[in-house]
Amino acid sequence: MERFSLDAAHLLAGGMVLVSFMMLYQNRILGLLNVFAAHAVVLSLSVAWQAYVQAAPHLFVTAAIALLLKAITIPVALHHMVLRLGVHRDIETVGGIGPTMLMGMGLVALSMVVMLPAAAEADPIAREDLALALSVILLGLLMMVTRQNAISQIVGFMSLENGLVLAATGARGMPLVVEISVAFSVLVAFIVIGVFLFRIRERFDTIDTQALDDFREGRE
Amino acid sequence: MTAFLHQFPFAPIDAVLVVPGIAALLLALIPQYKLGSRVNMLASGLTFLCALTLLIERPDPAVSFLFVDDLNVVFIVLGTFVGFTTSIFSASYIGHEIEIGRLKPGYIRFYHGMYQALSFSMNLGLTANNVGLMWVAVELATLTTVLMVGLYRTQAALEAAWKYFILGSVGIALALFGTILIYMAARPVIGEGHDAMVWTTLIANAAAFSPELLNVAFVFLMLGYGTKVGLAPLHAWLPDAHAEGPTPISAVLSGLLLNVALYALLRFKMLLAANPFAVAPGPLLVTLGLVSLIFAAFMLYLRRDIKRLFAYSSIEHMGLIAFAFGMGGPLANFAGLLHMTMHSLTKSAIFFAVGQVAQVKGTQKIADIRGLTESHPTLGWSLVVGVAAIAGLPPMGIFTSEFLLVSSTFAREPLLAIPLVVGLLLAFGALIWRLTGVAFGKPSSSVVDAGRRPSMLPLIIHLVLVLIAGIYLPGPLVAWFQNVARMLG
Repeated sequence: MERFSLDAAHLLAGGMVLVSFMMLYQNRILGLLNVFAAHAVVLSLSVAWQAYVQAAPHLFVTAAIALLLKAITIPVALHHMVLRLGVHRDIETVGGIGPTMLMGMGLVALSMVVMLPAAAEADPIAREDLALALSVILLGLLMMVTRQNAISQIVGFMSLENGLVLAATGARGMPLVVEISVAFSVLVAFIVIGVFLFRIRERFDTIDTQALDDFREGRE
Repeated sequence: MTAFLHQFPFAPIDAVLVVPGIAALLLALIPQYKLGSRVNMLASGLTFLCALTLLIERPDPAVSFLFVDDLNVVFIVLGTFVGFTTSIFSASYIGHEIEIGRLKPGYIRFYHGMYQALSFSMNLGLTANNVGLMWVAVELATLTTVLMVGLYRTQAALEAAWKYFILGSVGIALALFGTILIYMAARPVIGEGHDAMVWTTLIANAAAFSPELLNVAFVFLMLGYGTKVGLAPLHAWLPDAHAEGPTPISAVLSGLLLNVALYALLRFKMLLAANPFAVAPGPLLVTLGLVSLIFAAFMLYLRRDIKRLFAYSSIEHMGLIAFAFGMGGPLANFAGLLHMTMHSLTKSAIFFAVGQVAQVKGTQKIADIRGLTESHPTLGWSLVVGVAAIAGLPPMGIFTSEFLLVSSTFAREPLLAIPLVVGLLLAFGALIWRLTGVAFGKPSSSVVDAGRRPSMLPLIIHLVLVLIAGIYLPGPLVAWFQNVARMLG
């Protein structure tokens, strides 16, 4: 049982890294949102498994929040918004997909090299979870750097937050912070969606994509 | 005095949170500009008074999520003071912005509510006795300032707010990962649950933590909170946020928010220093500090926007402060503390002046602002005094702290003193060069000045304090700073 619970935890955390890689090569916004929803589902499963293994019922709440908000509500809301703003088109990545994937692999290797020896004394679940969580965080960062589009940056940031939640749940008995970090990620998502997208519309008095494009390209 | 304080329903430490918290809710309901700005001033003043009482009475750390020691009380008193004077400046400044139509009256409730929410979150960050709570407070402060930076809703303001939001969030996310690692390091020693995140317990047990985990944690914390401090190369959000937001917010950002992030960094530096096997955090801070100093000093020459100019000057000074704390030791730490205090006072004073300059000249472009001392003598000369102070001319307080820092560095690490002095001289040259253009010569045209003039009082109070500190530092203050400098190691 001990062995199995360990393997299952690693499988789910490893699954998150895999889905993070899938996000890196998405070149359409709607596709990206779907993959992000999958990311959140795997996170939710992983947190639920941790809740079961650690016998920590409050983590089930975190898992439920991840499922309801990050896997369903936010992707659906963003989906709706993308269609309404008419920005569902191809998104360009800086430097192309191939090099980005290679860099992603480098980052995963880096996080293994850094975290596994550093956390050698921690229990095995936490140790590998931390290394995988760091990989998810770094891949989220990579995505934010290589995408210029505002919505894909938000998605990159939320996947980064998923990595943080994974790390926090892996740390056995960590107080409060799981709930707080989830609440904050939701807050962040709403602030971003509400303030920025709608203010941009208010500013240009139009939902013409070209205006949004000019805005982004003119400043970068 | 303490018996008198006990008659209040809240302990003073709670009051520095309760007052801004209630004021934020109240102000969110007051649409009138005049009433709102008065309540804002009143609440900020009250918070400052409550903070002053913390000098006398300390709560018992065992019973509270909050705590006060010699280190954070410096930050709290300084922060609430600058918050108070900025609210006085903001009252007249924002009034003018509404008159000229740059700010819609509808945003007043939002602005004032956010001002107090920011004050709340910064005080929470400074007093929290829990590294998780501290992180939440810094995140809250980031979100409120993001919203304030985008207040004018111009393209440039939105872009600046977006950049700040993205970089700030990434920084804050890295800091959370570092915080989780600190918990992981503490758990085998302290046990599961809340205790392993309580600051006072952490520092007491730090010697037994796993040094490898602490090292990795510190790297993340330094990148995370370092982004918020504005250390190069993580500074990119800072100039935009300062230039595009309302000027009172530029003053609060430079005078307060950078200090809160610095405070978090210092706390974790103390934690690492308490573990004999962990890597010494000093050299990392020294490197980042020097890079920021030299980089910002060169960038000062290229700036065309006056608020951006002083934003880069903030990067330069945060670099100096990080350098000082990185060097460590009683003298350098003392210089760092003094420099931080002086920089907060001077830089917010400069932003008070620059805000008015931008209003009377109708532009932030340095090239279009000339001959201020002739066209607006009081404002012009205040700016001259402020810039002379920030550039490090005697007899102002910044000269004292920079002199202490340079001399102590020469005594201990002469090789490090060379880039330090080069950076200081470069920045000095840039600021004086820009100042002569702006302050002297033939005056450029001003906009017709129909509105009332913003209050000069906060500006003058700050500059007088900096001048006094440059001439004479009171004995108790020196003893206090020496004590804190010893704490910092």
